[in-house]
Formats: sequence, C-alpha cells, structure tokens
Amino acid sequence: MTTRIAQAARAFDWRQNIIYIGFVLVFLFFAVTLEDRGFLTDRNLTNVIRQTATITVMAVAMTFVIGAAQIDLSVGSTVGLASVTTAMAISQFGVPIGIVVGLATGLIVGAANGVLVAYVAIPSFLVTLGMLGIAHGSAMWITDTAPQPIRDDTFNNLFGSGDIGPVPSLVFWTIVAVIIGHIVLKKTGYGRRVLATGGNPVAARFSGVDTKKITFAVLTVMGVVAAFAGMLLAGRLQSGRYTFGEGFELSVIAAVILGGTSLFGGRATVIGTVLGSLMIGLINNGLTLMGMESSQQQIVRGAIIILAVALARR
Amino acid sequence: MSDLAASMSGICKSFSGVRVLDSVDFELRKGEIHALVGGNGAGKSTLMKILVGVYSLDEGTFEVDGREVHFTSSHDARDAGVGMVFQEFSLIPQLTVAQNIFLTREPTSAGLISDAEMVRRSREIFETMRVDIDPHKAIEDLPTAYWQLTEIAKALSQDARVLIFDEPTTALAKTETQDLFELMRRLKDQGISIVYISHRMEEVFEICDRITVLRDGQIATTQDTADLTMADVIGAIVGRTMEHAMEWQEREVGDEVVLEARKLNAGDRLRDVDIYLRRGEVLGLAGLMGSGRTELARALFGIDHVDSGDVLLNGKKRSIKSPGAAIDAGIALIPEDRRVQGLVLDHAIRDNIVLPLLERISRAGFVDDGKGDSTTREAVSRLDIVARSIKQAVKELSGGNQQKVVIAKWLGMDPQILIMDEPTAGVDIGTKVEIVRIIRQFADAGGSVIMISSELPELLAVSDRLLILRDGHVESEIDRREIKREEELHHAVQGINA
Repeated sequence: MTTRIAQAARAFDWRQNIIYIGFVLVFLFFAVTLEDRGFLTDRNLTNVIRQTATITVMAVAMTFVIGAAQIDLSVGSTVGLASVTTAMAISQFGVPIGIVVGLATGLIVGAANGVLVAYVAIPSFLVTLGMLGIAHGSAMWITDTAPQPIRDDTFNNLFGSGDIGPVPSLVFWTIVAVIIGHIVLKKTGYGRRVLATGGNPVAARFSGVDTKKITFAVLTVMGVVAAFAGMLLAGRLQSGRYTFGEGFELSVIAAVILGGTSLFGGRATVIGTVLGSLMIGLINNGLTLMGMESSQQQIVRGAIIILAVALARR
Repeated sequence: MSDLAASMSGICKSFSGVRVLDSVDFELRKGEIHALVGGNGAGKSTLMKILVGVYSLDEGTFEVDGREVHFTSSHDARDAGVGMVFQEFSLIPQLTVAQNIFLTREPTSAGLISDAEMVRRSREIFETMRVDIDPHKAIEDLPTAYWQLTEIAKALSQDARVLIFDEPTTALAKTETQDLFELMRRLKDQGISIVYISHRMEEVFEICDRITVLRDGQIATTQDTADLTMADVIGAIVGRTMEHAMEWQEREVGDEVVLEARKLNAGDRLRDVDIYLRRGEVLGLAGLMGSGRTELARALFGIDHVDSGDVLLNGKKRSIKSPGAAIDAGIALIPEDRRVQGLVLDHAIRDNIVLPLLERISRAGFVDDGKGDSTTREAVSRLDIVARSIKQAVKELSGGNQQKVVIAKWLGMDPQILIMDEPTAGVDIGTKVEIVRIIRQFADAGGSVIMISSELPELLAVSDRLLILRDGHVESEIDRREIKREEELHHAVQGINA
C-alpha cells in the first residue's frame, strides 16, 4: 500500500499540476488570515466568481486559441466594442436584436482575425495587435466616447445583474462556458485537432487535419465569446462603454497560462484555465480585504503570476 | 613538415554501446581531393564530425599537419585549420555576406566594428576564389549557389587548410556544380586539402584524386581513383553482409490497377510523370536526393499542388487536393521526417495513432475513446511497439518505436495504398527487418505500396517493380526479376550503363 502511494507520488507531475496546488494554497492562506473579514462567506465567494466571470468565459475560448499555438490580443477591445454595439442596438431595436448585433460584432472581429491569420498567413500576434486598435477606435468613434446606458431590465438580469433560477446569472454563464469548453476540448474530434495543430502543425497537416480551418475556427469563436463577455459586462454595469475590457487580454492570457496550457500550443486544459482565472480573482479579492491599495495589489498580483508560471511546466 | 594534412589512425567510436567506427585509418594528403563514400550509417559523417571536433574519439590518434591534436570543440578544429562546408548552411539569412564571413570575428578599429575592413577582406577572399559576390548583399537576397560559396569563403577567412564538403552539389544545378568543381581545383592548387562526401559516383570520379569507402564502420578500401572503376567502388559500398538478412521473395501480383497518374507536372520538381500501381504490388522508387521521389509522394498525397496531370483511383479520375482528401480516398503517407511530419511528439501514443482516424471513431463529433484505445492497443501489439502505456508521450520512445507508431497510425485507417518515404531512416537493423516484414504482410493482404528508399538493399528486398527517377521524371522501369545484383540498381540510379 505504501509503495502504491509512493509510486503515485512519483507519477504525479507536480509541475503540470501547479495550478491546483497554488489554488489550494492561496485559498487556504486567505481562509486563515482573512477569516474574520468575511473571506469564507458564501456572498464573498460568489462575488469572486461573479467578478471573474468575463475573464473566465473568455479564458475558456483563449485556451483553444493558445492550445492551437495562436494568440489573440484583441479580446479586451472586442469586449468594449460589443458592449457599445449591444447597448446601442437595444435602445434602438430592443433586446433580441441587441443580442444578435452584439454577437455579430464578435463574429466579424473574430472572422477577420481568423482569415488574416489562417489564410493570409500573417502572425496572430500582429493581426490581433492591429485589431485591438481597430476595435477600440471603432467603439470610441461610433459612441463619440459617450457611455451607452441599457435600461432594459430583462437584458441586465439575464446577462449580468440578476439570477437565473437559483444561481446568479454570471455564475450560470461561467458554468455553461466551462462545461462546453471542457467537453469540446476533451471529447470531440475538433478539440483533438486543435491540440494536434498546436502541437505540430506539419504533422497535423500530414494527418489530414485542415490546420487552416482549425486556426480560423479558434479565432472566430474567440471573437464571438469575447463579444459575449462584453455583453455580460454590459449587463452587470447596465451600460456599454468603449473603455470596458481595457487590459482584459492580459488577465485572460495569464489565466490560461497559469492553468497549465502551454504557451507554445499542443497542451491545454479548460479546468486549469478556470482555476487560473479564479485564482487571480481570489488574489484580487483577498488583497482588497487585506486593505491593500490598488497600486499595491497590482504589484503583488504580478509577482504571484510570475512565480506561478516560473514553477509551472511551460 | 609532413606531407599529410591530416591523419587519423585506429579511430574507434561507439554510441550507447553500438560501435559506429571500428579501427578506422584515414589519411588526407596535402593538396588532394579525397572522396569519402559509403551507404547510410556506414560512419562517414561520424568520422568527419570527429575531424571537425564535434565528436570526441573513444580510441585512436589523430594528427593535423604532423602535430597530434585533441579537439574538444569545433572551435579547436577551426583554430587548427580544419573547416566544414555545411550541408545545411550555417549562415544567418538577414546578415550581409561580409557580416556572415566574419561573424564573431569581426575586425575592429578603436573597439568598433569596421565594416569597411570586413568588406575589403571579403573581397580579397573572393578574389582568390575568383568568384564575384558583392559582400554588401544580404544572404537571403542571393541564390543558394552563392550561399555555399560564402560558406567556403568563411572557412578560408579562418585560414582553413582542410575543407570538408558534405554532399555539396545536392542543391546545385549542373553549371553551378561545374563552377564549384573549378573552384575546388583552384583550392587544391593552393595546397588546400578537401574531403568530398557524396553519393554521386560520377562526380566522385570526376573530381577526386583518391577514394575511401567506409562500410559498417570500417574502411573497405582506400585507393587512387585512377586504379578504381565505378563497379569496384559500388561493390565495396555494398559488401556482402546485408544480403541474407533481407532476401527478396518473388511474389505474384494481379493485373488490377488501383492507382494511376498521368503526365503529372509540378514546377521543375515533377515533369510528365506517369506511374501505375497494381493491387498487392510493392513499387520501389529509386533515385538520388532531389530526383522527384519525395515530390511525387507529396503530390499523390495532396500536400503539394500539381500544375497539370490526372490521378486515377480504381480507374476513376479523382482530384486529391489535400491530405484529408487523400485519406478519404484510402491513401496513406508515411513521411520522410517522422519528428517533423509524422508525429506530435508531446502527445501520447494513442493521440498520435487516432489522429487520422478521428472521423471514424467519432459519433456526432464526439470521440469514442474506448474505440480509440482498443485500436491503439491492437496496433501496439501487432507492431511490437515497446512502451509503458498507450498514454506515454511519443517523444519518450526510441527512434525505431517512434517510426512504428507512425506506421501504426497509418495502418490503422486500413489504407488501400500505402506510400512510404524513407521508412527505415534512422532506425536500427532489427526494426528495419520488422518494417520489411510489415510491408510484405500488408501487400500480401491485398494492399498496394509505393516505397521510397535510398537504401537499395531494402528497396530490393520488398519491391516487385522499380522506377528510377531523375531530375523530376521517370527515367526507367525495371522488373525486380531482371535485377540479379544490387550493383545493377546502383548503376541505374547513378545513370551509368555498366
């Protein structure tokens, strides 16, 4: 029995599972030190999930992008752009069309990224860096930098502020995204082809995988999901604004890499990504409860991310 | 003063217990061009890597210009005047010719790199070589023939007295080859010694003063070129050792044609290629590197596009524009480079094997892992793949086992036509014999095989019919029964009538 455990211990690749260890350690640390400040209450923990919802949802899609050895830097500004197109369409045409317009915004951004990367063969780093500016500028331009209020309660409840059944809607959407992402990555041929493309694009092509189509697909889905995240943020803040989502791309990429997805593609995990995202959320929350200022928080958060990635298998 | 530029005696070298060089004596005279020839794995490149300090030797002594040397790095070799003109060029494409020649040894004035001095000295070297290259040009803007000349200039700039050329003409056109030979003769007149490694016998006989043949890690012969015939050299390369391990067995092949290609053209890589393949037949493609063998395989598998020509499968025209379409048509390709083209090294054996089969083991997009596991287990046991588990990463396996994973991956889809490009490259002799067995089994069960190999013994062991390719077209077709000795095929590949 003891040898069995010893064997299991040796077989356990702690570097690959650093996120699970890190997550537990961070959680325990805050649970002990911040017990009297309400860290462990249901309300606080639900809040962490709610606050990280937009990041988590996008990180699930980003897991596929990075798993396919691509990157998308335009997700943050897509959030902002979709939040304003959705808000403007809702005030003009109502909620259903608003939702369609919001998702279509992401589809256009994502498909443009996808075509340029997969079929015109420009590196995704450059394409999406350019798209970051284009989407951000478009959002500023069409709104004249003014915030766009959303006065429709149905929309706000469905996407950000309310509950769906017994669960807060943001928690609901997070769970939906994670379940779909996990199953697609682990159980479908599409997921396997994404990882094969990221692991070795030449071998994947020689194996009959249409690697261009896969590259196009991951980036297009990423755009749509980023737009959806923009709608979640708009629902939570009951408005759309071009500044929404600024800098989110860094948190999203950090969550994916913290979770154990290889920055070079070929190895990816949605569950790890979720924990990565939640860990960043926990750290933010814990540091706030500790009474740290936002400037200090940023420093501590940055240091923890570097430490965790340094320890993890890349 | 010695009249030997380099001499090596009693050289032994082993890699993980396998003796690659066994008491090798090799002498290089001053101002001679000395050919080093032999089959793949005969030990040529190991010997040369010892000469340029990349490998250390296990036993033996080694002198350069009469002084005993102990190289611990290629740096030491360069200092002693031994330079290598690399087969895969060691130049940085974005830098200029002059910058490449003096990389890490840039002439300086007052601590700063002096571009003018660099260019002046580059010009001097090119003058002695009597070639005209602008030292200001970036390497990437020059035709590949000039890259090699830059490599040579780089070696000369370090006062190299011994130059090693490894298959230098592979990437060159005919006239460029002649220019290179002219240059080699001039270098020889300047007292520089050259080791010339090549598979091309014609060239060896044209340019070299002496020839050394290596076989299975030992010297088979060293003689003046004038005292040798091409047949002598080929005989020495072939030896008599492999013949029993892989004896050819005559087989009956039906008449039904499963694959036919008519007038395939693709740039200058393929020119009017006609081939046919019958059910249960093993068709061997022989030819030198760059003769169009790999290019034909890639075109048939839909990786490279063809400009014109038809492909017929079972008598019906099929357009195969992607590997996916080829797989649907029942064609499988075992590519020449398993690490780059054949496998996702980080992934498990199972994930690699099921990759082309995903469609077949999925329902509504969802993969049936049970089916994937059982397919993999079956393949692993059928091909005797040695691994801890089917979830082990492929990169942890030995080269032979990796190659078997690639084969398993493609046999798993039950192809009608199996194209194999150098399936035994870099695998041990035991695995080689097994791969030959697998090919025979596959053909006996009614499958058709196109086999590409530079190793003629194994090509002769399995082929029912052979095509000789040269410069992108089919030069001749030979029925296996008409070949009595391996030498005959060597002669055909070299394009000489013996």
